[in-house]
Amino acid sequence: MNFLLKIWRQPSPDSKGRLVSYSVTDISPDTSFLEMLDTLNESLVLKGEEPIAFDHDCREGICGQCGFMINGRAHGPLTHTTTCTLHMRSFQDKETIIVEPFRAAAFPVKKDLRVDRSALDKIIMAGGYISVRTGQAPEANSIPISSEAVEGAFDAAACIGCGACVASCKNASAALFTAAKISHLAQLPQGQIEHKKRTRKLVETADQLGFGACSNTGACEVECPQQISIGHIALMNQEYWKS
Amino acid sequence: METSHSYLRAKIPEGPLEEKWTNYKRNARLVSPANRSSYSVIVVGTGLAGSSAAASLAEMGYNVSTFCFQDSPRRAHSVAAQGGVNAAKNYQNDGDSIYRMFFDTLKGGDFRAREANVYRLAECSGHLIDQAVAQGVPFAREYSGYLNNRSFGGVQVSRTFYARGQTGQQLLLGAYQALMRQVHLGKVTSYTRHEMLDLVVKDGTAKGIIVRNLDTGAITRHAAHAVVLASGGFGKIFYLSTLAMGCNGSAIWRAHKRGALTACPSWTQIHPTCLPQSGTHQSKLTLMSESLRNDGRIWVPARLDEMRPPAAIPEDERDYYLERRYPAFGNLAPRDIASRAAKERIDAGFGVGPLKNAVYLDFKDAISKQGVEEVKKKYGNLFDMYEKITGVNAYAEPMKISPAAHFSMGGLWVDYELSTTVPGLFAIGEANFSDHGANRLGANSLLQACVDGYYILPYTLPHYLAGLSAEDRAISVDGPEFEVAEQEIREEVQRLTKIKGTRTVDDFHRVLGKLLYDYCGLSRSSTGLLEAIAKIDSLKKEFQEDVLIPGTPDRMNDELEKATRVADYLDIARQMCEDALTRNESCGAHFREEFQTSTGEAARNDAEFAFISCWRYGKNGSEMVREPLEFEYVKPTERSYK
Repeated sequence: MNFLLKIWRQPSPDSKGRLVSYSVTDISPDTSFLEMLDTLNESLVLKGEEPIAFDHDCREGICGQCGFMINGRAHGPLTHTTTCTLHMRSFQDKETIIVEPFRAAAFPVKKDLRVDRSALDKIIMAGGYISVRTGQAPEANSIPISSEAVEGAFDAAACIGCGACVASCKNASAALFTAAKISHLAQLPQGQIEHKKRTRKLVETADQLGFGACSNTGACEVECPQQISIGHIALMNQEYWKS
Repeated sequence: METSHSYLRAKIPEGPLEEKWTNYKRNARLVSPANRSSYSVIVVGTGLAGSSAAASLAEMGYNVSTFCFQDSPRRAHSVAAQGGVNAAKNYQNDGDSIYRMFFDTLKGGDFRAREANVYRLAECSGHLIDQAVAQGVPFAREYSGYLNNRSFGGVQVSRTFYARGQTGQQLLLGAYQALMRQVHLGKVTSYTRHEMLDLVVKDGTAKGIIVRNLDTGAITRHAAHAVVLASGGFGKIFYLSTLAMGCNGSAIWRAHKRGALTACPSWTQIHPTCLPQSGTHQSKLTLMSESLRNDGRIWVPARLDEMRPPAAIPEDERDYYLERRYPAFGNLAPRDIASRAAKERIDAGFGVGPLKNAVYLDFKDAISKQGVEEVKKKYGNLFDMYEKITGVNAYAEPMKISPAAHFSMGGLWVDYELSTTVPGLFAIGEANFSDHGANRLGANSLLQACVDGYYILPYTLPHYLAGLSAEDRAISVDGPEFEVAEQEIREEVQRLTKIKGTRTVDDFHRVLGKLLYDYCGLSRSSTGLLEAIAKIDSLKKEFQEDVLIPGTPDRMNDELEKATRVADYLDIARQMCEDALTRNESCGAHFREEFQTSTGEAARNDAEFAFISCWRYGKNGSEMVREPLEFEYVKPTERSYK
């Protein structure tokens, strides 16, 4: 398969970026999107040019390190898929593909497609945990937890922290990310004591970090690789007012 | 290569097996709460081992700095572990016990690990489950609300706890959240996108590290009273592996060059259930959890010229080779055995798929017995992942799987206290060699990483700190050792970027990976290994003369980042071959073609090789030192899964 790529190049955080065109040829449909970029990068290196910087690591959809906008959609044309598990068979031969970094005030561009998502760590820092000391804990089976509660908590806990929800949102809101952590811990008995304080802290920290407000468009859940539902945002809002 | 006859001792505590760890804890030195904040500890790597250690030490009151190359500690590759974590809770009442788990692990490792270490691992396993549940890890539950278990390879009980197919992710998030809590409290300073490039040693003791900021290229010095390496495994040396792209062996290799001994570096686990290579573009081989072998049956066609699709091949023309060869364990034979059996069938021409490099993993029987919904509940996310990557629906046709490089049983040598041979330098998790012997059992790696970080280091590291002299307690980044180490790193990155040759870093890495997989992978031979060493030497020379890295080292430079890792891989690869060459026996994942039984099983040689091969760095080749393995409680037997 052959493609025309228009890729955002920006040498440093302060410099101006622009879309640069590259054509790639002879790509197997079974090549992943990132492997297609590897191929392009290797050809750039051989010409002595700087390769395109992009984030990636596990390449199996779980570390959350990869992610950029492909034809205007976070992680590309498939729903619930990370960029690294997207393959070229999902594109048309000779298609023009526009590749840009995630855009959000809280995610400044570092270089090319690589952005700074440390704001997400700061939200967790503010209270996204159960304050238990390591090493000591009561016998695990002493608190039975219903299978439904655990599965519900898992649905939220599955968040990989990629930031696609923020990038997909017209307000660049981190509501889905924040709600996922609140909801994960709120559904478990161990998380109850700190629940109100946690909810308040996380919501307020996300606001302070420059993430926008949620206006319930649902764009985030369409792109979420872990299919985290905006139902968690409703729960967060309800719990925030209660707190 | 073996020139020294000195022996290493592991500082195993006195007393009966089941009391050793208790005795150790009873006698370990302590640092008083008021004094802890005057000690600094550096932790390199923030996976399960690093995060759990850093959070635990910070909670105790020490000043901790963590370093990871990812953009967040939560992304370390522990996140990708799927199937589960073992613990001897015996919730299933199926005959499990700490002793049983100890024995399974020791036997699984083909009796090439220390009894005392393995026992401690099993002993601490139950506490870890308590700890993880308290942190909010959503382990699978039965409808009664009690914790559920499943089976994993190499054992005959159900002791694996799991959170769907994302157990590693959930455990790591627990440790990461504990770590972020300490960052918030100001007890941990987290450096992301930083790579350790050297260990600073003064008077034989670890004093700090030199790191490069991967975003800016800045090279800085960091001093501490102790350095903990939790940098994971180096299976990415094979280029095609189940590991993340950034996983590397540089932290441990650079510590090795500064005096820390390695142990059994060639013991690499080749995982039996990964997605097969489909072409030359490929950058990794995705793992499909071993848990799938609970319900999936592995087979190849019985006929060499088979062209029919799998569904059209009748039962009596299928070869369920694991069930045939290992009836007692069947599809749950341990990884080394399952991988080798797959290779045997593939090499004999029975492989399936376009490149004939895979075997079938079939859920037909499980689906007809349990129904699609039940199978979906257990493995849904794995089936989804399989479909995303291959475009094939595994509910309708069997998965195609193939062995791929996965876990490093070898690593830095550590004693019972997880201390390397350099005082003040500790190695935990996959970065050390230790509890897994020559083959790791499934669901024991998450366990070992957590146990090292949550339960062992919090006793052994303070024991070390409390013994420091007043002179050793003064730390500073000034002084000639830091000066020289930093200067050497500056020169190295300058030199690499100035070569401006004709070949890319990945090109060298792919050649090295293929070479290593062919000669030092699933099977090894002395002629092959000698050939590999010669080829690695010339590849290293070509790399130093002909690698092409655009740009400069004083800013973000992804190619330079990869080049420093590949430079180390070339050295590690050589030592792996030396290690494999000097072990004239087969054990676990180390299969020497010259040493096999008449039925093609590994032929272990306890009389001559019941020791750990430890390696001291030398510019012209490594020197081997032995740590003898003594078995007081278990009599090593032939490891049979038949």
